[in-house]
Amino acid sequence: MEEKPKVIVTSRSRRTGAEAKHFVFTEDQIPSGILSDYRKHAWQAYTRLAIPATTEEAWRRTDLHALPADIFQLPKDKAFENLPAVPEYLLKPLVADQHGGQIVLVPGGSSVELDEKLVRQGVIFTDLKTAEQKYPELLAKMIGKTVNPEEGKFASLAVALSQNGVVLYVPKGVSVVEPLHSVLWGPGSDLAHISHLLVLVDEGASVTYVHEASSPDAMGENSMHAGVVEIQVMQGANLRFVELQSWGRNVWNFSHERIRVEKDGKLDWIFGAVGSRLTKNFSELDLVGQGATGRMSGFYFTDGSQHLDHDTQQNHLAPNTTSDLLFKGALKGKSRSVWQGMIYVAPGAQKTDGYQANRNLVLSEHARADSIPGLEILADDVRCTHGATVGKLEQEPLFYLKSRGIPQQDAERLVVEGFFDPIMQRIPFEGVRERFLQAILNKMSA
Amino acid sequence: MSELVIKDLHVSIEGKEILKGLNLTIRQGEVHAIMGPNGTGKSTLAYTLMGHPSYAVTGGEVWFKDQNLLELAPDERSRAGIFLAFQYPVSIPGVTVANFLRTAINARRRAINPEDKGVPIPEFRKMLKEKMELLKMDSVFAGRYLNDGFSGGEKKRAEILQMAALKPEIAILDETDSGLDIDALRIVSEGVNALSGPEMGVLVITHYQRLLNYIKPQFVHIMMGGRIVESGGPELALHLEESGYDWVREKYEEPAA
Repeated sequence: MEEKPKVIVTSRSRRTGAEAKHFVFTEDQIPSGILSDYRKHAWQAYTRLAIPATTEEAWRRTDLHALPADIFQLPKDKAFENLPAVPEYLLKPLVADQHGGQIVLVPGGSSVELDEKLVRQGVIFTDLKTAEQKYPELLAKMIGKTVNPEEGKFASLAVALSQNGVVLYVPKGVSVVEPLHSVLWGPGSDLAHISHLLVLVDEGASVTYVHEASSPDAMGENSMHAGVVEIQVMQGANLRFVELQSWGRNVWNFSHERIRVEKDGKLDWIFGAVGSRLTKNFSELDLVGQGATGRMSGFYFTDGSQHLDHDTQQNHLAPNTTSDLLFKGALKGKSRSVWQGMIYVAPGAQKTDGYQANRNLVLSEHARADSIPGLEILADDVRCTHGATVGKLEQEPLFYLKSRGIPQQDAERLVVEGFFDPIMQRIPFEGVRERFLQAILNKMSA
Repeated sequence: MSELVIKDLHVSIEGKEILKGLNLTIRQGEVHAIMGPNGTGKSTLAYTLMGHPSYAVTGGEVWFKDQNLLELAPDERSRAGIFLAFQYPVSIPGVTVANFLRTAINARRRAINPEDKGVPIPEFRKMLKEKMELLKMDSVFAGRYLNDGFSGGEKKRAEILQMAALKPEIAILDETDSGLDIDALRIVSEGVNALSGPEMGVLVITHYQRLLNYIKPQFVHIMMGGRIVESGGPELALHLEESGYDWVREKYEEPAA
């Protein structure tokens, strides 16, 4: 008789251990302002949707059982005052000598700078809170236009509760020469950093925008980021969008991103991912007008026990559209990467040219890269190709390099740099290339 | 004067003995040729001297400048002054010839002084340009990925370019003539001749005599069954050209083989 309760206790503790924890956010945390109705709509989706389980196809390879959802709190107003400040190097221009504008988003605060000349030209580059107060009509044209909060738990969470965000609008025909730069800095523990980026590059306009998310490494602690990125590249417009993440090893990072490119619009989208404990990122390209083109270039390097999962989608929704995706990653330690890509060609989207390739270099015995390309083509006059490879560091090239006096470690680094060179060749910004080379150096010598 | 001294060298690959007691001494300034039929262990000797991990030394010694060469890692052997021109150079995609050579030169400088900032770019460019002119190479070559998509002749020229840039004391040329047409052979040989001199000893490994019309050895060795069986002057190579290897086989091959 006495033994029975013990058995029950054991089985109950097993069950609770296997179940995902729940977030403890509440509806009254929805920020007030003109977006509150939209946010409440997202909140309904949020309450309806569960934290994704590995039974869902998109999450099959990314397990959230260990996510300590119940500990995350929204940062209080001015929380940054008691947290480590943004390091100087993150504020330096990456793609030119000077910024046209810079926004720094920190827990419970933000700062905004924009060149006077750009202000006169009608460029808007500000934080979400300011945009809600000053540009409600513009915001209405930007929010909810490419990402639907019902797409997932984290999308709905981000839309409902984002305290921080960036709003960028470039008016018709305006060409912004100096790049715009935003930094999302997420120090602290047990915090939920929630961001929403909104960009509209109007007809014939042109801009380079760099967004960087980062935080200090804090082993043994946990924070999270949930983000939504919504971008529209209008007819004949041109956007170069660089996204870098170097989250600390304590960060669980989730994002839903979609860029829509209209007729004859041009997008050059560059990703660099070296941080976070776990990342699940959905990046989608919608080519909706004839002649729209989009290039996606991804760099990732994982080590330790990092887990990075990039889900990309190239949607050809109009004829004569072109997409070109190359993601390359290296892995060390017992880290893991997942890339899952899809080219979709809608019925009638003839003369489509779609390309996707994912290359992985696994540098240790215990690291693992999953690479899953996909095509879904519903038009008949198209050219779509894809490729996926997972390779190891070969001994013969290393011996060759060593036979020229290059020590083992440098020889390995040289081979890895060579592996990434095709990505470097696609990045027109020296500062970004240097950042990636530095990341290779850091990861290789760690 | 540096000398490479090989004493009674025994080497196995995957448990099979290939070199069976090889003796050879090469001094700076000397040009030696090793000739022999296929499968006698010529390339095994070359790879073993460079320290390839697949070749297991089971006996004997190799000394270079009072160091036991066999105790050094491949990169240390290179920095000590040994160079191997590969029969089949390996391609390194994404790494340009110039970047690779600069890394190799800087590795040498840093081995001497860990604080070294690396070779200044203008100095490096000037050196590279000179060496490439010597080998009649187009300047665009420096920007190409190392051995990636190179023709046979380009690969061998790239090997000699590396030799020119790294200035070894002992250079081993493993079948450098294989896969070369007569023009490429001439250019490569002229390069080797321009570089050899009192500062560099050369060991030419070849199956055919034709390379020795261009690179004139003072010492010719015949290899058979994992050993050097005959040594002599240039006349030995000419004798081989006329008579082939049959007389060597008859004289030295074990009846069982």
